[in-house]
Amino acid sequence: MDDQLSRVFSALADPIRRDMVARLAVGDATVNELAEPYAVTVQAVSKHLKVLEDAGLVSRSKQAQRRPVHLEAEVFDLMTKWIERYRREAEQRYRRLDAVLAEMTGTAGSAGPVEAPEQSRVEGEAS
Amino acid sequence: MTTTTHPETTISADPALPTIHITREFDAPVDAVFRAHVDPELVVKWLGPRSVTMRVDRWDATTGGAYRYVHARGDEEYRFYGSFHEVRPGERIVQTFTFEGYPDGVALETVTFEDLGGGRTRLHVVSVFETTEGRDAALASGMETGVVEGYERLDELVVEG
Repeated sequence: MDDQLSRVFSALADPIRRDMVARLAVGDATVNELAEPYAVTVQAVSKHLKVLEDAGLVSRSKQAQRRPVHLEAEVFDLMTKWIERYRREAEQRYRRLDAVLAEMTGTAGSAGPVEAPEQSRVEGEAS
Repeated sequence: MTTTTHPETTISADPALPTIHITREFDAPVDAVFRAHVDPELVVKWLGPRSVTMRVDRWDATTGGAYRYVHARGDEEYRFYGSFHEVRPGERIVQTFTFEGYPDGVALETVTFEDLGGGRTRLHVVSVFETTEGRDAALASGMETGVVEGYERLDELVVEG
């Protein structure tokens, strides 16, 4: 799993490949279509595609004659990992804020539990 | 969509919009949570990753005020600055946010303090970026260590192979 992630990151380390992924997010495209905006050969673009394919970021249809390149949902798994990392950092930050608040309000161990009677309240009315 | 019966941070990032939403509950009254956001002596105790030391150059948390601070880790320094567009005591803070390493990027952050009663507070933070790419870069910034570790492991594999 982590190896997959580092393959994805090294695949995305190249600006042309990143750009290709961004364009494929809009819709499938053929190698020729992908090659169009760059001052590189179709062969070079095919090489980039191979890297993206090995990383599991794109796939190519075996049947259709045009063999369009398709962006895989893996990218969004990666996105989920970014978000989870970001969330965990925010949580760590807010745990430090918890400690600061405990100091400020004097509930850092000395005062004892005051919140017990409140506990049986609403469980959250989300559907 | 998400239940909030436990206090862990929740976060959401709309794929189609350049925003990040964060929600977190605190076992402290609104006034205290608000003060921990505007008093620089308190802010330095919690803002930023644990591995860095925070130094405040400027911190004027009033409407029309501004801030600038440094996160230092060894020789590395990361500087951030912005303006306080509005500071409404106990209710909300609206501020801009720029990482000096990426000076063209600016996010607009709105922090809302919600009184839950019983001495509890719910914090809402909404960050709006100019582009989804800018948002994704901010989300991905935390991945740097993971990427470096990934490369190191890759290097080891190559050496072994």
